[in-house]
Amino acid sequence: MDIQLTEEQELLRSSIQRFLREQYDFDERRKIVATDEGWSRRHWKSFAELGLCAAPFQESSGGLGGGSLATMIVMQEFGRNLVVEPFFETVVLAGGLIEDVGSPEQRQAFLPKVMEGDAIWALAWAEGRSRYDFNNVTTTARRQGDKFVLSGTKAAVVGAPWADKLIVSARTSGQQRDRDGVSLFVVDRHATNLHLQSFKTIDGRRAAELTLMKVEVPASQMLGSEGEGVAALEAARDRAIAALCAEAVGAMTELNSATLEYSKTRKQFGVALGTFQVLQHRMVDMFIALEESISLTQHLNLTLASKEPNASKLASGAKTKVGYAARFVAEQAVQLHGGMGMSDELNVGHYFKRISSINIQFGDPAYHLMRYAQQS
Amino acid sequence: MELELSSEDAAFRDEVRAFIAENYPQEMRVPNPETDLTKEQSLLWHRILHKKGWIAPLWPKEYGGPGWSVTQRFIFEQETSRAGTLPPLAFSVTMVGPVIYTFGNDAQKKKFLPRILSGEDWWCQGYSEPGSGSDLASVRTKAVREGDHYIVNGHKTWTTLAQHADWIFCLVRTDPAAKPQAGISFLLIDMRSPGVTVRPIITIDGSHEVNDVFLEDVRVPVENLIGEENKGWTYAKFLLGNERTSMAGIGRSTRYLERLKHIVKTEIGEDDPTFGEFIKEIARVELDVLALAATELRIVAQMSRGINPGPAASLFKIRGTEIFQRIIDLTHQAIGNYGLAIREHPVSANRFMPGPDSGHTATEKYLNSRKLSIYGGSNEIQRNIIAKAVLGL
Repeated sequence: MDIQLTEEQELLRSSIQRFLREQYDFDERRKIVATDEGWSRRHWKSFAELGLCAAPFQESSGGLGGGSLATMIVMQEFGRNLVVEPFFETVVLAGGLIEDVGSPEQRQAFLPKVMEGDAIWALAWAEGRSRYDFNNVTTTARRQGDKFVLSGTKAAVVGAPWADKLIVSARTSGQQRDRDGVSLFVVDRHATNLHLQSFKTIDGRRAAELTLMKVEVPASQMLGSEGEGVAALEAARDRAIAALCAEAVGAMTELNSATLEYSKTRKQFGVALGTFQVLQHRMVDMFIALEESISLTQHLNLTLASKEPNASKLASGAKTKVGYAARFVAEQAVQLHGGMGMSDELNVGHYFKRISSINIQFGDPAYHLMRYAQQS
Repeated sequence: MELELSSEDAAFRDEVRAFIAENYPQEMRVPNPETDLTKEQSLLWHRILHKKGWIAPLWPKEYGGPGWSVTQRFIFEQETSRAGTLPPLAFSVTMVGPVIYTFGNDAQKKKFLPRILSGEDWWCQGYSEPGSGSDLASVRTKAVREGDHYIVNGHKTWTTLAQHADWIFCLVRTDPAAKPQAGISFLLIDMRSPGVTVRPIITIDGSHEVNDVFLEDVRVPVENLIGEENKGWTYAKFLLGNERTSMAGIGRSTRYLERLKHIVKTEIGEDDPTFGEFIKEIARVELDVLALAATELRIVAQMSRGINPGPAASLFKIRGTEIFQRIIDLTHQAIGNYGLAIREHPVSANRFMPGPDSGHTATEKYLNSRKLSIYGGSNEIQRNIIAKAVLGL
């Protein structure tokens, strides 16, 4: 099942690698994170020029037709370089949803700007009490003529402070935990009566709590069918997990090679750390964790690409297995680097933090383990 | 679990409990006392304990200790940590103090001990170096005798709270020709000496707790040498033993376990698919705490019968840190999506933090707690100690 990249995919990967190597090293990334905005529009435009923002979309939507494998390639390299720009939020989450459930008019209106790098998006599904459950929505959307009026709060929306547009889940009917009755809306980030409270995330990004106080949204901005938002979000989550797993694999790859290198050069008690058997075995387990993660990530992305029906269960399985593996690798990479692993100066701690956040986004390993079990 | 207390000890426990309740400064009850307090604020409790005569439970009475039994010391430790009080600076009271009264001369005792007790002097520990972590005996900081002074050159690192320190106790190499352990001396250095530079190290949680300390041609009077030249390793090992004794951290783990239970109860609905998982994990870690607490009580009982605890400290360090890391990890998981948020340093109450108040420090604690299995002799080193000293391997 090992994926052999096509010539086109290989080209995509090598062009990202070259760009990141030349223009996005760890120092550059540190500078970007430390700016007021916390991300780089200049680099974002470069990503678009490289075709990354168009890569996964279907040719019929104006994209390059790369699908989930193109996303996997991009996310893996972004994981290796700790890229903070909102490719995941804009292209994978929002772009994926628009392409999947948007009307032809909506696709026409929104996707070209996404592909050209001219619009940033964020997805607001979580709420203070929802944890990882899409059904649990208290934000309401009431129809008033040709408008919907949205009221409520959305929690921990990653990338919201950077976004031009938001996709917001809100209840058009039913009770708080009903699967039916949740709808998705495209909301302008600067809409009247929409308030953001921004905060920094563990991995150096920005997120916000959203308060909607009777935000008016034209009915034409409903994304997908009324009341069927949960199914759309579930499909988006499967794609999101495939992307996050690829990013985790990228981060783990770098952590393993940094740890291995350190264990060969760092000397204590007159010998290299790597000569201690207990550390050798630890690094073997880190190696195995990465190998299994690569396998499951590829398996999931191939399953999504071929539109096989069991993708959702597999996605939960991969989120669990890769999540635990990545956490193990990250914790051990810090441990084996000793004090240096704890310092902000070294990149190891930053991979650790990105992996911590990947493990929270769209459900932690414990949540997906239960979801996997319930689907068996 | 409680130690079976005599009526005197029970009365002592009640006295300690009441004293803490009445005297612990409200000002020190901040979200994360380890990072959110100024130097002055963090000394408030120290001064109150000093006034009461309770600042140095370990110390013999003649040097200013309270003259407590092993059991009383244990009760005090348990009560103060259960109540969530910030312990007095360990580097001063628990570490360098006992070295000075055990191995120092009369002049040193007279000069330093009262100022440690009163909190006038803040001490930091000059042990680790960039090339000497687990292998502490390989320290390279050099001290060369020149008349009545040592000239010290070197680079100490991971020095906790050196930014506040008045003094640093250092392991320095005085005999480069000897075997690593045999050429080390224990030197007390005034942080205000010319040639001492402190540079902050920011850790992955964003806080400034540790530092690099550079020593360039620092002149240290010979009278600041502890004990004999080249015998420093003996004193260092004595000190590390003290450092590890308190690491079971039962009180602290119990306190954070209660907080975890509270967060799980208030943030995760019983119908959430992971609720049952949290309950199971909490039970598992609660049993770990119980087993370690029982082990600690068993060893306290043995110590009060005069039995040397031997490398029990290593067991406490391993399990105490692993258990606390697990509790902190579960707490971070329990706040769900809000685990993405992290407080910015320096901390300000004006900055927005999302989610429940009880979870505002969960992320930084999760990151910071990774150090526990690294510092004070990594858990791998502690396992080596048990393998060698207990199992004879």
